[in-house]
Amino acid sequence: MMRPSLKVNIGGIELENPIMTASGTFGSGKEYGDFVDLNRLGAVVVKGVSSVAWKGNPTPRVAETHGGMLNSVGLQNPGVEEFIKKDIPFLRGYDTKIIVNIAGKTVEEYCAVAERLSKEDVDMIELNISCPNVKEGGVSFGTNRDMAEYVTREVKKYTKQPLIVKLSPNVTDIVEIAKAAVDGGADALSLINTLTGMAIDIHKRKPILANVVGGLSGPAIKPVAVRMVYQVAQAVKVPIIGMGGIMTGEDAVEFMLAGATAVAVGTANFMNPTATTDILEGIEKYMSQYKIKDIKEIQGSLMI
Amino acid sequence: MKKNLKARITTNHEIAPGIYEMIILSKELSLEGFPGKFVNLYLEDGKHLLPRPISICEINAKEQVLRLIYAVLGKGTKKLSMMKENQEIHVLGPLGNGFTVEKGTGKNIVIGGGVGVPPLLELVKQLEGATDVYLGFRCNPFLVEDFKKYADNVYLATEDGSEGHKGNVLELLKLQNQEGDMIYSCGPKPMLKAVSEWAKNHNIDAELSLEERMACGIGACLVCTCKAAETGDEDWEYKRVCKDGPVFSRDEVMWE
Repeated sequence: MMRPSLKVNIGGIELENPIMTASGTFGSGKEYGDFVDLNRLGAVVVKGVSSVAWKGNPTPRVAETHGGMLNSVGLQNPGVEEFIKKDIPFLRGYDTKIIVNIAGKTVEEYCAVAERLSKEDVDMIELNISCPNVKEGGVSFGTNRDMAEYVTREVKKYTKQPLIVKLSPNVTDIVEIAKAAVDGGADALSLINTLTGMAIDIHKRKPILANVVGGLSGPAIKPVAVRMVYQVAQAVKVPIIGMGGIMTGEDAVEFMLAGATAVAVGTANFMNPTATTDILEGIEKYMSQYKIKDIKEIQGSLMI
Repeated sequence: MKKNLKARITTNHEIAPGIYEMIILSKELSLEGFPGKFVNLYLEDGKHLLPRPISICEINAKEQVLRLIYAVLGKGTKKLSMMKENQEIHVLGPLGNGFTVEKGTGKNIVIGGGVGVPPLLELVKQLEGATDVYLGFRCNPFLVEDFKKYADNVYLATEDGSEGHKGNVLELLKLQNQEGDMIYSCGPKPMLKAVSEWAKNHNIDAELSLEERMACGIGACLVCTCKAAETGDEDWEYKRVCKDGPVFSRDEVMWE
């Protein structure tokens, strides 16, 4: 029997399979390389990179919640030059695609990172306009229709790679923002980033996070994410990378049925270091159970 | 090399109020263990997603076991304390950078506070030089007898005065006019800060093991950072407690 095809296409780039890592949960793959064969991942989406080094927020930066977790890292990263020097050569040693998540406080900063990376050997750019943990930039671009379109259009001018725009769920109408990003020239969309949340230590009467609020991720947010992927898939033609609480192959299939072309695994990596490849095997099992020969048969095949 | 495996629990019981001893059987982990490193324990119940980072208290390669001592502080560690003998537990480790045992050939001063005491036991076992141990607890001390087996002297302080000196270990250190060539310490931040200052004033090298809320435990997620700088470098950065630490050198850590 022929091996079923798990190949997916995002913005003209073919991935061996639909499994990606969610930015910020996997570093640049080095740490997980001890446990996971990185060659088996469709793409590694690296932690957000800015034009210069960002220190990030004070600690504690994490709080566990029922079926989820809050983080307020604040995009700590060594800056784009360090990333180019150290992480690209490492990842190029593997047969996987490199997607660089880029962050900025201003439109100019986003453009500067995109331009710098346009000369480098990376496969795609993911524009992060949805981080809830930084004061300037980040989510402020992702919660306003006109800003979302504008920043996408500007960054698109400076990048040579396909551009993915990562959307925030902290909006009234996700479809409006999704359309705006596509109007701005997005080749694909990633959704969802974390939901803004909060947890309180009742004994100290203090927020657990030093930043007071943070981004909620994990299975607790999955139904919201599936709903948003479904709604956006009805409204746009570009491929969607679905994420938000994917822990198993079944979860990944759910996102693809709702309309996702690929999926990203985030918080699950913390619960199980081999989550990415375990989820890939789960998808393969589902395909074999239903005798599906090509993963494209699943994408958007929800029956209503 | 880090191992990602299932290990069998041979013991899991309370040794002091809220303090538990768990012994896990794993040949692979027992061969890789090192003083000051830790392991991630996974609850795998769908509610508590994050692993519990627990320091390694003792390693016995002959019996192929790791001894872990942990405090029940929240729902996750409560759940951990309810796991039974013969149950299997998902373990990742050993993780982090441990103590530099090689620095301990002269006179050593080992200072532990509360739940920071356990990782110092394996260290004291492995140190070559003479070792004086200072242990501080709020109340209800634990592991004191274990330290007496391997240390030259063990000094005890409790905040409530129920056992040993009434007060903290720093006072005790000063009372003893303690001298030494190398300090190793693990405990709450205020204690570590005081130890660090004392070490600096006495011009003694020190290694300090820090604790911070973690997620991945392997250096990828950047949630467990601490302010750190290279020696003499005024420009600090957030370093990862799980990967760059948990053991840092005296001059590396920038105290708030």
